[in-house]
Amino acid sequence: MVQLLVNGAKYQYDGDQDMPLLWYLRDVLGLTGTKFGCGIAACGACTIHLDGIAVRACQTPVSAAEGLPVTTIEGLSPGGDHPVQVAWRTLNVSQCGYCQPGQIMQAAALLKESPNPSDDDIDTAMSGNLCRCGTYPRIRAAIKQAARGGRP
Amino acid sequence: MTAHRTGRSVLTNASRRGFIAGASAGAFVLAVGLPRFARAQDKKFGADGMPNGWRDDPRIFIAIDSEGVVTVTCHRSEMGQGARTSVAMVVADELDADWDKVRVSQAWADEERFGNQDTDGSRSLRHNFMPLRRAGAAARTMLEMAAAQRWNVPVASVVALDHGVLHAASGQRLEYGELAQAAAGMPIPDPAQIRLKDPRAFRYIGKDNVGLVDNFDITTGRAVYGIDARVDGMLYAVIARPPVFGGKVASYDAAEAEKVPDVVKVIKLDAPAIPSEFAPLGGVAVIARNSWAAIRGREKLRISWDDGPNAAYSSDSYRAELTQAVRAPGKVVRREGDVDGALSRADRRVQAEYYIPHLAQSAMEPPAALVRIVDGAAEAWACTQAPQVTRARLASNLGLPLEKVKVNVTLLGGGFGRKSKPDFVIEAGLCSKAMDGVPVKLVWTREDDLHHGYYHTVSVQRLEAGLDSQGKPVAWLHRAAEPTIGSTFAPDPKHALPFELGMGLVNLPFAIPNIRVENPEAAAHVRIGWYRAVSNVPHAFAVQSFVAELAHAAGRDPRDYLLEIIGPDRLIDPTALGDVWNHGEDPRLYPIDTGRLRRVIAAAAEGIGWGRPLDKGRGLGIAGHYSFVTYVAAAVEVEVNDRGRLAIPRIDIAIDCGPVVNPERIRSQMEGAAIMGAGLASSAEISFKNGRAEQNNFDTYELTRMDSAPRDIRVHIIRSDDYARPLGGVGEPGLPPVAPAIANAVFAATGKRIRQLPIRDQLSA
Repeated sequence: MVQLLVNGAKYQYDGDQDMPLLWYLRDVLGLTGTKFGCGIAACGACTIHLDGIAVRACQTPVSAAEGLPVTTIEGLSPGGDHPVQVAWRTLNVSQCGYCQPGQIMQAAALLKESPNPSDDDIDTAMSGNLCRCGTYPRIRAAIKQAARGGRP
Repeated sequence: MTAHRTGRSVLTNASRRGFIAGASAGAFVLAVGLPRFARAQDKKFGADGMPNGWRDDPRIFIAIDSEGVVTVTCHRSEMGQGARTSVAMVVADELDADWDKVRVSQAWADEERFGNQDTDGSRSLRHNFMPLRRAGAAARTMLEMAAAQRWNVPVASVVALDHGVLHAASGQRLEYGELAQAAAGMPIPDPAQIRLKDPRAFRYIGKDNVGLVDNFDITTGRAVYGIDARVDGMLYAVIARPPVFGGKVASYDAAEAEKVPDVVKVIKLDAPAIPSEFAPLGGVAVIARNSWAAIRGREKLRISWDDGPNAAYSSDSYRAELTQAVRAPGKVVRREGDVDGALSRADRRVQAEYYIPHLAQSAMEPPAALVRIVDGAAEAWACTQAPQVTRARLASNLGLPLEKVKVNVTLLGGGFGRKSKPDFVIEAGLCSKAMDGVPVKLVWTREDDLHHGYYHTVSVQRLEAGLDSQGKPVAWLHRAAEPTIGSTFAPDPKHALPFELGMGLVNLPFAIPNIRVENPEAAAHVRIGWYRAVSNVPHAFAVQSFVAELAHAAGRDPRDYLLEIIGPDRLIDPTALGDVWNHGEDPRLYPIDTGRLRRVIAAAAEGIGWGRPLDKGRGLGIAGHYSFVTYVAAAVEVEVNDRGRLAIPRIDIAIDCGPVVNPERIRSQMEGAAIMGAGLASSAEISFKNGRAEQNNFDTYELTRMDSAPRDIRVHIIRSDDYARPLGGVGEPGLPPVAPAIANAVFAATGKRIRQLPIRDQLSA
C-alpha cells in the first residue's frame, strides 16, 4: 500500500508498486495531462514535479513517490495561470500541444531554480523534452517572457 | 442524415459553383452543353476531386445559442497545423462574429454530412476556404433576414455588424443571441443573395489577432488526444506484432503473461494479406486493466515468429540494390529534347548520387484509440487524420454496417501522415470485439511506432548534367529509385505513382533544353506511407543539392545559379512537364509560376544576408521548392567546428502560399518545418537489418532537441491580399527545401558535399 499526494489530494494504491507514476496518474487517477511519449525518459512528455523537482513519471515507480507531493500539469496552478502557462498562450507556443504539458512542467521547474535563465541554461534544462512539431524557438521565447514577469 | 438533406447537399454543390471565384466557375458554367470542354470536366480538381467533396451549408458548420455563443464545427483534424483555429477564423469573419464568443467543436466522421475530412495534402484551407466563407456569409444573411422580419423592414436595410444586426435608419440593434432562434428558421439564402465580405473588411482572415482555440486546454492538461480518451469500465491493450513486415505468429505461449496481475486476456490476431493497406499486422494482444500491466504482460509473452518473405531486408544491401538500379536506364517518366546527345556534346559532365533513408513520422503521441461495441454498434475515439476511412475500415473489420460505426475525432498529438492510416483503430476494435464489446484502449509504445511504421520511402537518386562552356546546364538526367506508397495498396508495384512523380521529380520548372527523368524499379519490403511532404523531401534534397553542385562546377554563386536554372518568370502547365497530378489541383488555376519560385528564393537569400562575410567554419546554403501548390525557399547558416560538429544557428524561410488566412500559423508551420528538416538532415534515420527496424526509441531515432535546434528562425511570408486567387498549402511545403539548404551550407562552410542523409558524423572524418 502506497500513500500518495497528488495535486494536494491523498490517494492510496495497493497495486503493483513498480508501476510507473505515469500510468498510475493516467490510468488509475485519470489525470491524462501527463503524457506518454517514450517510456524510457528520452522525451520528457511525462514530466511532473516530485517534491518540487522535475522528474520523468515514466521512470518513477509509484513506490518512489510515497509521502512526497506530486504535482502534475493539472495541479501546476489553480486557474491555469502560472506565468509559464500564460506565456505559452500569449506566444501561441503550441502546435499539436501534446508535449507541452511536459515542456511547461520542465520550464516551471527551471524558473524556480533559475529565475532568469540564459540561453545555455534553457538548452540544458529543456533538451530532454522533445517536440516533434518544432516549437523550440517559441518555448525559449516563452520561458524568457515568463522570466520577465510576462513582459514581451 | 436524411435523404432530403443528402439531396440538398448535392444541389447545393451544383448551384453554388457560381460562387467560386476565378476562372473555374465560369468554365464550369460554360461547359454545360459545350462538348469540347466535356473532357476537361471529367477530371475533377481540388475539393471537387476529393471523395464526398465539400459542403457549404451553414447549418452543418455553425450553431448560435441564445447567449450569442457561436459554435463552429471543424471537420478537419487538428494535429498542430491550426485547423481548428483557422477554420473558425474564416467562418467567424464572414459571420462578423466576436471572436471571444466563438467556440469550436470537432466533427465526428461523417463525410456525407461534412464533405471530405481527409486531413492530409496540406489542403484543409485550400479546399475549404471558399465553402466556409459561404457558410459564414449565409448564416450572417439568415441573421439579417431574421432581424429584418422582426423589425418588418427590407433585408437590404439592415446589416450584420460585430455580433449583432443593425438597422441604421432607426438605430435599432439586435444581438446574434437574440436572433439565433429566428435565424435558424430562415430558409438557406439563395446563393445570389449571399454577399461575401470585401477582403478589406476582414477582421481575422490574414490578421495576426487570434490565439489558438485550444491554448487553454493544452496548457492546463485538459486537452484530450486519442491516447487520453476514457470511458467507464475500459481496458487497455498493447500488441506484440510480427517484427518483420509480412511475418506472422508461428506459435505462442501466454502462460507467463496471463500471470501478470491485472492482465485480463491474451488474444491472437491474424496476419493480413499482403499488400495490407490499412489492415493491422496481426500478432498477440495483451488486454489488461491498465497500460502498465498490458506492457508487462507483453514482455512475458513467448512468441515464435514466422518472418515471411522480408526476413532478409537490410538497408545496406538494399541501398546497393537501388544504387545499381539508378546506374542503368529505367522507365522514362519525362523526356524533353535529346539528353544523350546533349550530354555527349557537353563541355563538362557532372554527376552525383544521393541517399535518403527511411524515416518514421514519430508524432509525440503514438497511435492510440479507444473502441467499444454496444448492441451491435461500435464507437471509437481516435486521433485520426482520416476519419471517414477509419470509420469504413473499422466497420468492415468488425462486420458492421457503416451507419453502426461512429468515430469521434480527438486532438492529434501530431500526425505527419502516420495517422492517415487507421490500422491502430482497427486493432482497438478487434480487441474490443474479443472482449464482447468492452471498451478497449489500444496504445502503441514508441518501440511499436518505430518498429511497425508506415515508413517514409528510402531512395537512391542519380543526377547527371551536361554544362556548356559557360557553365550553363544543357542536359539534365535524373534517375530516382524509391519504393512506392502504391506498394502498400496494390500487389508488388515497382514504379512511383503519378502523385509521387509530381512531387518534385518530373515537375521541375527548370529552363534546361534537354531533360530526361527515369524511375527504375524498386521493390518494397516494409509498409511505405505518407510522411510530411512525402516524396518532395528526397526529390528536393537531390535536386537542390545537385543544382548547388553544378553551381560549384561552373564557378558560380549558388543562389544566382539556382535563379538562372529556373529561368525567366513564366507560367508553366504542369502537365507539359509530365505531371498529370499537380497536387490534385486544376493546372489552369494552379500553373507553376516560376516568378513566385524565384521570389521566395530571393527573399530567403535577402533575409539571411546572402553574401555577407562569415567567420571561419560558417557557411550559407539555399534551396527552393514547389510543393502543395506553394513556393518555399530556405536559406540556412551553419557552423562546423574543428571536430566536425554541426550547428545550425539560423534559418530564413520564405513562403508564398497565395492568399494568407492565418499568418501566425503559417509562421509556426515554417518554424516547425525548419526544425523537422534540421532533424532529418542531421540525425534521423530508420534502418533495417534482417527485416527488423534497428531503431527502438528516441535514444536511437534521434530528433532535433532544444540544444540542436536553430535558435533563430525567421519566416518571410510573401503575401497576396488578392483573395480571389486560389490558396496554396502550408502544413507540408516548408519541409522539402530545408535539408538541401543545410547540406549546401555545409558545403559552403567546409567544402564537404553531403550526398547521404543524415549527416550524423560525416563531418568529423
